[in-house]
Amino acid sequence: MPVPNAALTHLRRLEAEAIHILREVVAECAAPVMLYSIGKDSTAMLHLAIKAFHPAPPPFPLLHIDTGWKFREMITFRDATARRTGLRLILHGNAAAQRDGVNPFDHGAAYYTHAMKTVALREALALGGFDAAFGGARRDEEKSRAKERVFSFRSERQEWDPKNQRPEFWRLYNGRVKPGQGIRVFPLSNWTERDVWHYILAERLEVVPLYFAAPRPVVERDGSLIVVDDARMRLWPGEVPRQRRVRFRSLGCYPLSAAQPSAATTVPEILAEMEGLRQSERGGRLIDRDAADSMEKKKREGYF
Amino acid sequence: MDPPEAEPVLIPDAVPTLRFLTCGSVDDGKSTLIGRLLHDGELVLDDQMAALARDSARHGTDGAKLDFALLVDGLAAEREQGITIDVAWRYFGTRRRRFIVADTPGHEQYTRNMATGASNADLAVVLVDVRGGVLTQTRRHSCIAALFGIRHVVLAVNKMDLVGFDAARFAAVEAAYRAAVATLGFASITAVPLAARHGDNVVARSARMPWYRGPTLLELLEAIDVARPELDRPFRMPVQWVNRPHQDFRGYAGTIAAGAVRPGDALRVAASGRAGTVARIVTHDGDRDRAVAGEAVTLVLAEALDASRGDVLAAAAHPVTLASRLVADVLWLGEERMVPGRSLVIKLGTGTVPASVSEIRYRLDIDSFGTEPAESLGANDLARIGIALAMPLAVESFAESIDLGGFILIDRMSHATIGVGMVVSAQAAATDLTWHRMSVDQPARARAKGQRPMAVWFTGLSGSGKSTIADLAERCLHAAGRHTFTLDGDNVRHGLNRDLGFTEADRSENIRRAAEAARLMVEAGLIVLVSFISPFRADRAAARGLFAPGEFIEVFVDTPIAECRRRDPKGLYRRADAGLIRNFTGIDAPYEAPEAPELRLRTTTGSAEAMAEEVVAALRRLGVFG
Repeated sequence: MPVPNAALTHLRRLEAEAIHILREVVAECAAPVMLYSIGKDSTAMLHLAIKAFHPAPPPFPLLHIDTGWKFREMITFRDATARRTGLRLILHGNAAAQRDGVNPFDHGAAYYTHAMKTVALREALALGGFDAAFGGARRDEEKSRAKERVFSFRSERQEWDPKNQRPEFWRLYNGRVKPGQGIRVFPLSNWTERDVWHYILAERLEVVPLYFAAPRPVVERDGSLIVVDDARMRLWPGEVPRQRRVRFRSLGCYPLSAAQPSAATTVPEILAEMEGLRQSERGGRLIDRDAADSMEKKKREGYF
Repeated sequence: MDPPEAEPVLIPDAVPTLRFLTCGSVDDGKSTLIGRLLHDGELVLDDQMAALARDSARHGTDGAKLDFALLVDGLAAEREQGITIDVAWRYFGTRRRRFIVADTPGHEQYTRNMATGASNADLAVVLVDVRGGVLTQTRRHSCIAALFGIRHVVLAVNKMDLVGFDAARFAAVEAAYRAAVATLGFASITAVPLAARHGDNVVARSARMPWYRGPTLLELLEAIDVARPELDRPFRMPVQWVNRPHQDFRGYAGTIAAGAVRPGDALRVAASGRAGTVARIVTHDGDRDRAVAGEAVTLVLAEALDASRGDVLAAAAHPVTLASRLVADVLWLGEERMVPGRSLVIKLGTGTVPASVSEIRYRLDIDSFGTEPAESLGANDLARIGIALAMPLAVESFAESIDLGGFILIDRMSHATIGVGMVVSAQAAATDLTWHRMSVDQPARARAKGQRPMAVWFTGLSGSGKSTIADLAERCLHAAGRHTFTLDGDNVRHGLNRDLGFTEADRSENIRRAAEAARLMVEAGLIVLVSFISPFRADRAAARGLFAPGEFIEVFVDTPIAECRRRDPKGLYRRADAGLIRNFTGIDAPYEAPEAPELRLRTTTGSAEAMAEEVVAALRRLGVFG
C-alpha cells in the first residue's frame, strides 16, 4: 500500500496520490500537456495541478480539443478558466474534417468522434511534440478504463495495446519513452464519480453550470433528452423543443450528450440525487453505445 | 437466502478503504466472484445489467444465464476468450467499508499483471477450485503476495457446488493451503467455502452449507483488520521535484514516505550528508505546522542546501543508508532472459540510476519454495539477486519502507519495465555512508588544463580501425597541448580486466569497468579516448549514463565486416572462421550498431588520418579546446 497512514482521510489520500503523479510526470517527462475537457473531472484535475506545483504555476499548457460542437456554456467556462489561471490554453481542431463539414448529424457518432476528437488529439500531440498528456479519465467510468494503468503507454501511432501494458508497481511509474512515443497519464485513476463531486464540494470549485438543473430547451430522441444549444441542431419532422428542468451528469458535444430530468441545483443535491440513480455515468454519452467494446476501440486508436 | 447487506450509500469521508486483490489459478473463478459480489451487493446499475445480459448471450460461458465474469473482463480479447488478461480495478462500498479491488489474471503468462495488482493491496483473496486444490499458480501468487508485503489472506474455496457442498473437501483444501504457505509468514489466513457462480457465501449466507458457521466473504472483507502495527518511524521524504518559481523560493516537493515533519526539525540530505532545518511546510492551502507520511508537500529549508530529485531528506538524527550495492528479491518480468552483468536502469524512490545485476544468489522453486542455483532468469522467475548501482542511492529494506525499499528495473533500450524488486539488505556505499566531496573538483581540474574534459567512445567491429584512429586523434590532441589518455580494449584486458573472458556477462563487465575508468579520468579533467568493440547498445548506453550530458560522445567506426575480414590485422577473423575462437563479434556473437552516434566514420571513404581529423574537428566544435 503506497499510503499506509490511516490518519489521512479518503479524499486527502486520493489528493496526495494525484499530486504525486502530477509531479512525477513533470520531473521525468520532457514536454507534458494537460488535456482540459472543461468537465468536472478536468476541473478537479486542474485544481490538483495548481496544488501540486504551488507556489509555481503548473509547468505545462492546457490543451482543449475543440470539435466546434461543445455547449456554449462550456466554451465560456473554458475561456474564463484560462484567464483565471493564467495558463497557456492550446486549442486544436481537425481542420480538414471541419472543412469537409463533418458533423454529428450527417456522419454518425462513431465517425464524427474519430475525426473530430481522436484524429484531432493525435494531431495536436504531434504538433506540440508532447511526450506526456494528462487526462481526467477514471477507472470507475467504464470497464475498459478499469483496465488501464496510471501511466498508459502509447506507441508512435499514439495507439494503446491493452494486451501488453507496462506493469506498474506502488508509486513507481515508468515514464520512459522513445522519441515519438508517449504516455497518457491519469491522476484520477482511483477516483470515483462520487469522490470527484465530494472533492468539488470540499474545495469549493466552480463547475460548468450545465451540471446543475435549470429549464433548458429539450427534444426527446430515442429515449434521450437532447438540449438544443444552438441553431445548428437538426430537428426531425414534428420535433419541437420544450422547456424542461434538466442537468448533465457527463458533458461532451451537445448533440451527443443526453441530459437527465433533475431538480439538483447544488453539489450536495447532486450527490443526494446520485444515490438513487440506476444508470452509470456515461449512460448519457451516445458515443459509447455503438458496441460493447466501443470505448476500448476508441482508446486503442488514440482517444482519451 | 437473506437479503443482501450491502447497498450503495453515501459513504462518509472517514470510512476506511480496503484495497484487496483476487488471485489464484486460471479458471478458479476470480472474475466471476467479483462480478457476483458487485451484483449481489446491488452495485451493478441498470444499464450495466442490460449490457451484461447482452454480453452473456454473446460471449457467456454459462448458457442462457448471466456470466458475471463479463462485468469485470473489460477487454474485447478477454470476453472473446473467456479469460482475464490484465488487472481490472473496481470501486465499491458498503456502510462499513470502501473497497478497491484488483481482479487479476490467473495465467502464468500474465503474472506481471497479477503482481501489478498485488503491489497496491492490503489483502489477497486467493481462489482455489475445491476440485483442483492447491496448484502451482496458487503457490506462485501466494508467494508474490507475501513478497509484496501482503500480510492477510482470505482463502476462497470455490465451486463447492461441484463437490456436493462437502465439508470434508473444504477442510482438506484449507489444510493443504495452510501447509503450503506455512513458510510465507502471513499474519492471518481465513478460509471461506463458496459457490461464486450461484452466490453461496459471497454476500448472502448459503443455505446449502449449514455446516459453515463463519462469515460470508463480504462480511469478512468488511470486518478484517489489516492495520499494520503503527510504526513510529523517522522522517523520510524522497525529493520528487525542486520548485523554483523565482530567486527567492526554493522548495523540495515530495510525498512523505515515513514519519512526520514540523518546522524547526533538523533534516539531512542523504547524498551529501549536509544538514538543514525545516523553515516552512508549504501547501496551496497555506503553510502547515505538521505533515505526516502519505502527504504530498513542499518543504522549504532555512539553509541553501544542494538537494535535487533522487535525494532523500531524512531526520538528521536518523540518517538513511546510502548504498551502492543491494541484495534484493526480484520478480523478473522481461521476455528476454536476465543475465548477470548486463546493465539496466533502477528506479527506487525518486532516484533513477544505471545499475547491473552482479549475481543471482538463488532462484526460488515455486513448487517447494526451496532455493536452487541459476545462471540466468526467465519471465516470472522469483530470485534473490545482488545489484550494483552506478551511483549510490538512499535505501532502506522493503520491510522497513515500501517507498525506499521497492524498485523497478528498466531496460535501457526499450524502456520496458523488466523487473520489480524488494530490497532485503543494502550495503553502504564504498565511500562509507556519504559521498566524500573533494574540495578540488572537476571544473577546477579542467580549468587548470584549459580544456573541457570528455569521453570519446569508439565502437566498431574488430579490425574496423578504432585503435588506429583513436591513436592518430590522440596524437593531434597531444600536439595541440591537450591532456589526454586512451583506454584500449586489448590493453585494458591485460590489466584491469585480465580476469574477464568473452561470455556475454564478462563482456558487459569489461565495458562497465572501462566506462568507470573513463569516468574517473574525465573527473580528473582529461580527454579520454575509449577504444572498445563494445558490441551491445545497452552497455554503451550504460556507459553514457555515467557521464553528464555533453561529456560523452559515441563514435561509430563503421567498417563493413567484409572489409574488417580482409584487413584482419591480428589474424583473428582467420582463427574465428576456423572455429578456434568462439563468441567472436560479427561471426558468432552479435554487434549492435549505434542508432544515433554523435559521429559516424565510414572508414572505406577515406584514410585513417582523414577519420582522425574528423574526430578532432568534432571535438573542436564541442569546445574541448577550452
